[in-house]
Amino acid sequence: MDKDHAIVQDGQIQSPGWVKDEIDCRRVTDDALRPMETMPGKLWSLGILLALASIGLMLATLVYQFRVGIGILGINHPVGWGVYITNFVFWVGIGHAGTLISAILLLFRQRWRNQINRTAEAMTVFAVICAGLFPLIHTGRPWLPFFLIPYPNSRHLWVNFRSPLIWDVFAVSTYLTVSAIFWYQGLIPDLATVRDRAKNRVRKFIYGILAVGWRGSARDWNNYERAYWQFAWLAAPLVLSVHSIVSFDFAVSLIPGWHATIFPPYFVAGAIFSGMAMVVTLIVIMRKSFGMEDYITLRHLEMMNKVILLTSLMVGYSYAMEFFVAWYSEESYERFVFMNRLMGPYRWTILTMLFCNVVVPQIFWSKRARNSIPVMFAVSICVNVGMWFERFNIIVTSLHRDFLPANWDNYVPTRFDWAVTLGSFGLFFTLFLLFIKLFPIISIAETKSILLKPFRRKAEGT
Amino acid sequence: MGTPEKLLEVGARCRERGWRNLDAFMPYPVHGFEEALGLKKSLIPAAAKTMLVIGAALGFIFQAWTSSVDWPINVGGKPLVSWPAFIPVVFECGVLLAGLTTIAALFHFGRFYPGKTVFDKTKILDERLTDDRFAVIVPLEGNGPSAEIASFLKECGADEIIEE
Repeated sequence: MDKDHAIVQDGQIQSPGWVKDEIDCRRVTDDALRPMETMPGKLWSLGILLALASIGLMLATLVYQFRVGIGILGINHPVGWGVYITNFVFWVGIGHAGTLISAILLLFRQRWRNQINRTAEAMTVFAVICAGLFPLIHTGRPWLPFFLIPYPNSRHLWVNFRSPLIWDVFAVSTYLTVSAIFWYQGLIPDLATVRDRAKNRVRKFIYGILAVGWRGSARDWNNYERAYWQFAWLAAPLVLSVHSIVSFDFAVSLIPGWHATIFPPYFVAGAIFSGMAMVVTLIVIMRKSFGMEDYITLRHLEMMNKVILLTSLMVGYSYAMEFFVAWYSEESYERFVFMNRLMGPYRWTILTMLFCNVVVPQIFWSKRARNSIPVMFAVSICVNVGMWFERFNIIVTSLHRDFLPANWDNYVPTRFDWAVTLGSFGLFFTLFLLFIKLFPIISIAETKSILLKPFRRKAEGT
Repeated sequence: MGTPEKLLEVGARCRERGWRNLDAFMPYPVHGFEEALGLKKSLIPAAAKTMLVIGAALGFIFQAWTSSVDWPINVGGKPLVSWPAFIPVVFECGVLLAGLTTIAALFHFGRFYPGKTVFDKTKILDERLTDDRFAVIVPLEGNGPSAEIASFLKECGADEIIEE
């Protein structure tokens, strides 16, 4: 029995669907396209101004950094990786929840993904773009990024395929490419809907090109469905592999606190955790601003909050295991790193992290909390902050006090570090706000396929 | 016609009549339309799976060649073809090629290209078909005179019949 389709008993529709009952196909199209067809409101305009201002600040900082060098950042010896790499891991992690919703929930036939997958997948693409920025700019000579690509060159040099830094190049670029293509494929039928509704010639032309001649014929749909499932099968292991590879940046090193086999599953769970929190943050704002409460219902948000709770427990377990194994191993360096995390100069980062990631989400055990918009918004912001500090904690505390005390030093991010961090958020929000205005924010075709009453009972000529 | 059930019913009955090469238009994929209309399985997954294997193989061969043939470097006596270290790139190359192939195959088998319906003669039959209406297409060749087709469709309960 498929819980997500209406069950008809004695002629009455019994089980609740995922979209409010009275909505029909026409309304889906109208509602979904309203943000695209209306002029930007005050909130959107304010948002995009702030986001663009942040990007401007970031660009100014980067120009200065490229001229003068990475000495303006806080990184030093031994802390060679700081806020930039924290941001890299943070943004890649955020991207993973989008793919979870689009691909993995599709494979599990969870129909409730249909209304949120467009937004989530868009978030993935933009997050990975933000993430990809950081490996490019964190190097000492950022004008030489082509060194990372294995192409035949006059020095007969190849890249070091055994290094996780190169695995990252392949993983993140594959992830960006496949996510973008998957997202675009999902958009094609909706772009055709926009094209067919367009009254303005320019709009019809542009969306006509983008919709590559989609007409909704049975053959179109047949091919489309097979390709979509194929992408889902590819994207699901990709999610697991990409963040595992990012975790290998740390795990294949030698320093205590980094060299841990728990990292791949720990990072993947953390990625889903932080990504889902970001999805909740974005969706809570978006559904209110654009009147999508009938489509992205409290039930959807409750499901997402349950995922947040689950991954919070997984991440909490990982923290506990790291500490336990460090103690159990009787390895003095490993034990020291963890005592240093709790009691050293960066103890405020780990306490923030533990509070935000492990303690705060426990409120979601309560059904009232899971269904309360202010609570879930506050929790999602906490989780985002906590996960950022988790990455900061892992990177900096292990680096700043490694084996030899003569090698120890503290790391303080400078205002340029923070400017670029803020700028990456600006980039993300700019792309997201543009997406809201240019593309349908819910997947029109998929939402229609799960309506309870797709067509009004009254006269056919709607 | 206005409902997906109608589409499936009309499509199945046309197929039972023996008419071939049926097509249909719908704003979303209706559950069961492939069987009702008798469509063949798409070749896209086969293409993608093939390229997954080829991509992975190419990734491995390239890494092995650079490490053992083109510029072998002895790092502490470790094997030149250090295959465990090559696995991440092999996997990613396979997935990348499979993903690119899937979209290319979709465009090829579905005959999509930017500019279709904009620059060329492909027509959009009815704008409501991507919104909330459904249609069954019965091609004239090999399926009998159009009057017969039209009358049968009316009998099945189609709302509008358009002949081209």
